[in-house]
Amino acid sequence: MRVVRNLEWQGPVPAGEGEYGEFFAAAAEGRLLIQQCPECGHRQHYPRAICTACGAEPGWLEATGAGTVYTYTVVRQYGAPAFADLPYVLAMIDLPEGVRMFGGLTGIDPEIVEIGMPVTAYARTYDDTHAMIFWEPA
Amino acid sequence: MPSRHPVICGIGLSDYPVAPHLNSVQHHALAARRAIADCGIAKSAIDGYVSTSGGGPAAGDDAVSMAEYLGVNHRYIDGTMVGGSSFEFHVQHAAAAIREGLCDTVLVTYGSDQLTRMGRVLGTGGFQRDAQPVTGAMQMATPYGLPLVGAYALAARRHMHEFGTTSEQLAEIAVGVREFAGLNPDARYRDPITVDDVVNSRMIADPLHKLDCCVITDGGGALVMTTEEIAKDLRQTPVYVLGAAGTQTHWNIHQMPDFTEMGAAVCGPEAMGQAGVTPGDIDTAQLYDSFTITVMLMLEGLGFCGRGEGGSYVEEGHLRRGGSMPTNTDGGGLSSNHPGMRGIFLLIESVRQLRGDAGEAQVPDAELALACGSGGWLSAIATVILGKNRPS
Repeated sequence: MRVVRNLEWQGPVPAGEGEYGEFFAAAAEGRLLIQQCPECGHRQHYPRAICTACGAEPGWLEATGAGTVYTYTVVRQYGAPAFADLPYVLAMIDLPEGVRMFGGLTGIDPEIVEIGMPVTAYARTYDDTHAMIFWEPA
Repeated sequence: MPSRHPVICGIGLSDYPVAPHLNSVQHHALAARRAIADCGIAKSAIDGYVSTSGGGPAAGDDAVSMAEYLGVNHRYIDGTMVGGSSFEFHVQHAAAAIREGLCDTVLVTYGSDQLTRMGRVLGTGGFQRDAQPVTGAMQMATPYGLPLVGAYALAARRHMHEFGTTSEQLAEIAVGVREFAGLNPDARYRDPITVDDVVNSRMIADPLHKLDCCVITDGGGALVMTTEEIAKDLRQTPVYVLGAAGTQTHWNIHQMPDFTEMGAAVCGPEAMGQAGVTPGDIDTAQLYDSFTITVMLMLEGLGFCGRGEGGSYVEEGHLRRGGSMPTNTDGGGLSSNHPGMRGIFLLIESVRQLRGDAGEAQVPDAELALACGSGGWLSAIATVILGKNRPS
């Protein structure tokens, strides 16, 4: 997975407590992690300290970074200073691994985004060792 | 044996939609005073208190602080906070407590000075003003700049994709609610609007326009609930709680299992089953209209129409004054008031309709009312069925 260095970001960042921290640290190393339960095989995202299906302790699985758009919105008005660069696209992405992930969709004219379009994950750092996942057209 | 069947015997609204003379705690108190006066119960008879956790202890309007402020030495307390639908959950809990004898008479209150204190920042104004790290599951969404409206827009877009729903069909919901707002002298906005007005209003987060979104106001409300037996001696004809059920499919929007199906599909049939009624029996519905899409998903989940048929259902005019299911007859959150959380107003308007006190918005011969609240991001949903007549 491509990693983009972006230490200029002034907006809100993930706190990365608990299991979240492993997810964001792996992203900064170019790995997109989801959780898979060693007991029942259930896959989940966001990361937690429990399998939501069977209650066991989940493990990690590296996803391919492929996805398709499940739904999206184009944000055209938002007063938060960090998000003044309007419009921008936010989307729910279906991963072939069986989980759904929320994120920003960049590198595309907001007017031509479509549900079902294939996308690829990339990571954008927000400090030296952590990154958030974004998506762009495949 | 005296009947412990739970009823709503008193209702009260504080001042809305713009009330700079009241803070949140005073909204609670004013609504409570009016609800107590409405039913004429002795305040000392109140032995249960229910509210949300409010803005937390620092704000002074959490349940325990409010119980002290209002002077309720409760035998039963509930501070359930699941967002806007909290009050439908409260009725579920209070009804069970009354039936079980944990207490006899419960006061439920809500109050918010949101518009006066914060302006209209909740929807689009930059909730997140600085770069404070975001904890919990919100950290998977907030750092991307997800506004409240955007969360609901994700559901609306998916509904359009799966079922061919149009912006015009969503707009019809806002137009119908505005028509009722025109009959409510206190509603925030009362001038009639058209479908064109809605679809030509500013796009906030595709596909939701400004007029697909609820208003932001001040306001408060209160209910007094008691047993059928105690209510016999009170001023108002009681309204019976016939069914109440709630469910939660997710909390954060990014965890919604299916963006076109909400928990109303679970708690709606459960509440109607308790009451022994079907959607066709309901005379008026008060549906949490945070956004037009919220109402459409609720109509489908509750079974007023089939899944994916919400668009054609609303186009047929059922929700309008004189329609088969007059909805949000006080002008709703879309046009009348939405002080942060709106669930209590759904219940108060239901009671007004069943008492025959809804003025020009009165649904003729209303005997069964349904209130469905949505809390969080289409997350925690609860349905309450209220009836004018004693259950057999």
